[in-house]
Amino acid sequence: MAQDDAWYESETRDRRRYVRLGGRWTLDAVPALKRRFDAKESSSDLPVTVDLSGLTALDSAGAWLIERQRRHWAGRHGAVTVEGLAPDFAPLYERVAESTDRTPPPPEPRNLLLDFLESTGAGTLAIGHEGRALLSFLGVTIVTMGRVAVRPGRLRFTSMVYHLQQVGLNAMPIVGLITFLVGVVLGYQGVDQLRQFGAEIFTVNLVGISVLREMGILLTAIMVAGRSGSAFTAQIGTMQVNEEVDAIRTLGLDPIEVLVLPRIYALLIALPLLTFFADIMGLLGGGVMAVVLIDLSPAQFVHQLKEAVTLWSFWVGLIKAPVFGFLIGLVGCYQGLMVTGSAESVGRRTTQAVVEGIFLVIVFDAVFSIFFSYVGV
Amino acid sequence: MANTDKAKGGADIAISIRGLVNRFGKQVIHENLDLDIRRGEVMGVVGGSGTGKSVLLRTIVGLNRPAAGRIQVLGRDTGNLTDADWRRLQAKWGVLFQGGALFSSLTVSENVQVPMREHTQLSRRTREGLASLKIGLTGLPVDAVNKYPSQLSGGMRKRAGLARAIAIDPEILFLDEPTAGLDPIGAAAFDQLILSLQRSLGLTVVMVTHDLDSLVAICDRIAVLVDRQVRVGTMAEHLADDHPWIREYFHGPRARAAGIGSS
Repeated sequence: MAQDDAWYESETRDRRRYVRLGGRWTLDAVPALKRRFDAKESSSDLPVTVDLSGLTALDSAGAWLIERQRRHWAGRHGAVTVEGLAPDFAPLYERVAESTDRTPPPPEPRNLLLDFLESTGAGTLAIGHEGRALLSFLGVTIVTMGRVAVRPGRLRFTSMVYHLQQVGLNAMPIVGLITFLVGVVLGYQGVDQLRQFGAEIFTVNLVGISVLREMGILLTAIMVAGRSGSAFTAQIGTMQVNEEVDAIRTLGLDPIEVLVLPRIYALLIALPLLTFFADIMGLLGGGVMAVVLIDLSPAQFVHQLKEAVTLWSFWVGLIKAPVFGFLIGLVGCYQGLMVTGSAESVGRRTTQAVVEGIFLVIVFDAVFSIFFSYVGV
Repeated sequence: MANTDKAKGGADIAISIRGLVNRFGKQVIHENLDLDIRRGEVMGVVGGSGTGKSVLLRTIVGLNRPAAGRIQVLGRDTGNLTDADWRRLQAKWGVLFQGGALFSSLTVSENVQVPMREHTQLSRRTREGLASLKIGLTGLPVDAVNKYPSQLSGGMRKRAGLARAIAIDPEILFLDEPTAGLDPIGAAAFDQLILSLQRSLGLTVVMVTHDLDSLVAICDRIAVLVDRQVRVGTMAEHLADDHPWIREYFHGPRARAAGIGSS
């Protein structure tokens, strides 16, 4: 293309500048040409004649550059004549000229402090709204649960079993693995610290109590919130985007009954079962560590464990499971129904479901701790 | 490169497809399909549902790998290009997807600037100027420049998508159902927009459409997908064709409403 590069030259005679343009004025050439225009074309204030007869190619970027420069000259010098434009290029040049330099309105000036205050206020209000909306969703869900309890035939049993498999059975490998490993870690750390007092045997107490009361249920709930709460939001949110939820409503069905209840019931059933499984796996992990590190026989481990924990240690963990399951399901479904329009909103709501789910689980865990210490178990 | 390469006779083929085969599983979509699209023409692609209109378009732009066949775009064989050549070829076409396919996290102006960033060395201010030129060319109001796609109506999104497709002055423009989902007035305006851009920018346009009015209004030739192959011709030639689907299509009630095939 070298022999056909874009060029321009100018000369002054009879108190008039003659600018001749030629070659290929296309996008590739625009950066260099623009730099030359910007650097050189600012001094003289004579009227200008632009001769375009040398152009061999012109695209909209080239036409834009010429038109832009023409306006620049026109603004400074008044009289600009353009001549010699080939008829082939005329329609393009005219269209570009029509649309050039519609400067968009500049973005409004921003005040950082004001922005900060505004976003803080909006965020605070949003938390309030969110909390109120979630509460009202809780109310609607409980009312629907009551209605379905009176007429159990309305419970979508197939759907519930399907979700039970998704959130319960399919979560077992990962929940089991995680709690087993945490049991191993607890056992190892316990032996390490307690050995300094010659009290390694109490590692069994440590593992037993922490796994049964807290670790089993907390880890399971967090895993399920990340795994199933998010899945609920994504499923219902996608249905929302596809207008499936609207279709459910117009068919005279209740989305809470059809979509939300089967999921929440599935979690209500699945989470206690998963927690029991997690407890066993956690104890197993701690037990393996104890047997390996402090030369206990498995029988001794079981004996010490019986000494350490009561049945209530187990119940304290398990009682929390349905509550956490309900919270996770509630938040997941609520966020799903809050999805509006775009796919982007599905992603945002899914993140929010996980964060809120885990947050609520931990808040309620703290509430339970206070309650249990009050009643003394 | 507007309007430059005129009157070169036989070399004026922009896209040439030979022996194209596309199949999904056992279902054969295209079988030994041949198609030539000339430089500077508006080619409409029509066909019943499932005849592979969109697949054909996606195959040409490289989103779908054909089972067999050779596709030449602007003289380059798309089957065996190096990555660099492929990128260079991609800069020579623009694609408008059905819903506009704007990037939702970017403003309209930033959307239009994406191909410029990728394929050119323009400065930021030049990019912004060119972007607002392209947005103006597609008839969007000035204040649309800084809006996000979610703030635009469907028709405006399509215009913005078109602005992005012509951002770096492509030679070929692929349109997938450009008027689908627009009201009749908006659709007619969009047809005229495409036509006037095609004339002034000297584009080759390949347009998949269901819209008979569009076919009448702006297409030079029409490719009809029937029996896993393609039949190309002008409107008059298709009207004389006695293939059952083509007869049905160009002589049906909707065609008559669009003012064709009424005889």
